[in-house]
Amino acid sequence: MATLDLAGIRKSFGPVEVLHGVDLAVRDGEMIVIVGASGCGKSTLLRIVAGLERPSGGRVVIGGRDVTALEPAERDIAMVFQNYALYPHMTVAQNMGYGLRIRGLPRAEIARRVGEAAALLGIEALLDRRPRQLSGGQRQRVAMGRAIVREPKLFLFDEPLSNLDAKLRVQMRAEIRRLQKRLGVTSLFVTHDQVEAMTLGDRLVVMHQGHAAQVATPMEVFERPADTYVAGFIGSPAMNVLAGRLAEGGRAVALAAGPVIRFADGPRPGAEGEPLTIGIRPEHLRPDPAGLPLALELVEPLGSETVLHGRLPGGEALVVKLAGAAPREGVLPIALPPEALHVFQAGSGKRLDPAPPA
Amino acid sequence: MERKTVFEGKLLPCLLVAPQLLVTILFFFWPAGQAVWFAFLRQDAFGIRTSFVGLENFQDLFADPLYLETLRNTLVFAAGVSLIALTVALLLAVMADRQIRGAGLYRILLVWPYAIAPAVAAVLWIFLFHPQIGLLGRALNEAGLPFDYKLNGTQAMLVVILAAAWKQVSYNFIFFLAGLQSIPKSVLEAAAIDGARPAYRFWTVTFPLLSPTTFFLLVVNLVYAFFETFGVIDALTKGGPARATETLIYRAYIDGRVNLDLGMSSAQSVVLMLVVILLTAVQFRFIERRVHY
Repeated sequence: MATLDLAGIRKSFGPVEVLHGVDLAVRDGEMIVIVGASGCGKSTLLRIVAGLERPSGGRVVIGGRDVTALEPAERDIAMVFQNYALYPHMTVAQNMGYGLRIRGLPRAEIARRVGEAAALLGIEALLDRRPRQLSGGQRQRVAMGRAIVREPKLFLFDEPLSNLDAKLRVQMRAEIRRLQKRLGVTSLFVTHDQVEAMTLGDRLVVMHQGHAAQVATPMEVFERPADTYVAGFIGSPAMNVLAGRLAEGGRAVALAAGPVIRFADGPRPGAEGEPLTIGIRPEHLRPDPAGLPLALELVEPLGSETVLHGRLPGGEALVVKLAGAAPREGVLPIALPPEALHVFQAGSGKRLDPAPPA
Repeated sequence: MERKTVFEGKLLPCLLVAPQLLVTILFFFWPAGQAVWFAFLRQDAFGIRTSFVGLENFQDLFADPLYLETLRNTLVFAAGVSLIALTVALLLAVMADRQIRGAGLYRILLVWPYAIAPAVAAVLWIFLFHPQIGLLGRALNEAGLPFDYKLNGTQAMLVVILAAAWKQVSYNFIFFLAGLQSIPKSVLEAAAIDGARPAYRFWTVTFPLLSPTTFFLLVVNLVYAFFETFGVIDALTKGGPARATETLIYRAYIDGRVNLDLGMSSAQSVVLMLVVILLTAVQFRFIERRVHY
């Protein structure tokens, strides 16, 4: 158990820089989920923490000890791989005990710890089998077990659930979370799945093109996304984005689609007429006879809710999620509640919060 | 994806397999059958009289202390060739498997010896080891180490083993490299994270996962050493000095072609044939038990 600090981690492969200086401070026992689209550098970041890749710049500090120059073996970490990476020629018990054997623990002690971990994961009956005789879910458990018996300072998970079928994935997700809480081991979990990210993490790191776009709790990321990328990445269907300009001395936005909406939480700094990007989540939109006319193009009834795709006057696309049934076609007037608006600068995409009261 | 083609009638399918069967029968079964038949005959040196002698050839063979000496030579030779060829190839493959600059060129160069004819290879070894004109041979003698593989049986055996093993290293190298590359990288990374140093990782993970390849190559190398090293031995030592490098296959050639004792030579061929059949059976029996991952 330990803290993990990353300071200015950079990584280049040849002339291509894939990580542009990532900083992160992980508290003892915390579960951090690194989430992002493929190619954002999240796996590379994890491999740098593991010591499987050398950073081009920056420092990795585990439990106050600078491990940047150390081999993976010297870092006292455990990693669960996407393809499980079990040793095919060893039994489950040998797989789990491999790391302990290397440390030269007595045989009885190894058997005891392997037995404990197996009991914790419900795989006692599998200890004498070989990996090829196991199902995907069982292999996943063995990989977890191999990580647990070592009692490492840090758990690293590299998309461990993505090879499982949907049902098993939900089950293992809950199990990983329970285990991590129970053992209290500081963990880094890499995934591209936003549901995994939201449910597993104490905090999320949303990666975008080699930067940490936002580091915050799941709800904070959802409620106050730091930029338009995070806003679009977390939430399903994705947040709507509309063009607008700052109006009424910063107290309102004039949408390109027509209406001028006053900010519910106070005026924004900036020049009159400055271009803005307005975000609004599909589930926050409501039908309202006085609202904007939305020309429906596609209606997806999902049973408990309905997702409507349409266009606003001016041609901007808008997605609306309504509870229950909804009209199948035509024009639906939609209201944009001012308290649900997210305001971003149009150029940088950065979140624009109200100016603090002077 | 397996697709089964069903032919109507029997003529067309028979015609289609006929060329293959014909070649096999004409060039394999017929001569092999003749060898088996000859093993039970005895001819005079001029081929005028032939008589059926039953198992007498075999009895004579195994009663001959020189034949048993040849058998011992063959075992030493085969073990030496296989051991050296496998060890060196594995070492080279492990080094070529690492990400190094110019790995492609390195690999191509290592494969080259396989494309060299045995006789040519033997000439190269003569230029190295010949006590008067060989680079190494002369250097050894000048350094005060008496070296002459034409006089010293042990040294001769060493030279033919080296020459034969050198030719087989390329073949083994290709298979070892392919075997190494099919080991999932993440398994080795997992071992590294588990705390295994490179050498320990090699012996506990890489080498066991290579064992199907190693076993396959061991059988192939034994077969090679037993039956395909005639050219190397003939060009380097001709079985000498004093039969020190005479292996089973070379003895069969001497008895048949030089001494014109066809019955004896055939009996030896049959013994060799049985060894091949045994080795092949072992290979087919165990090669199925691959490690799956």
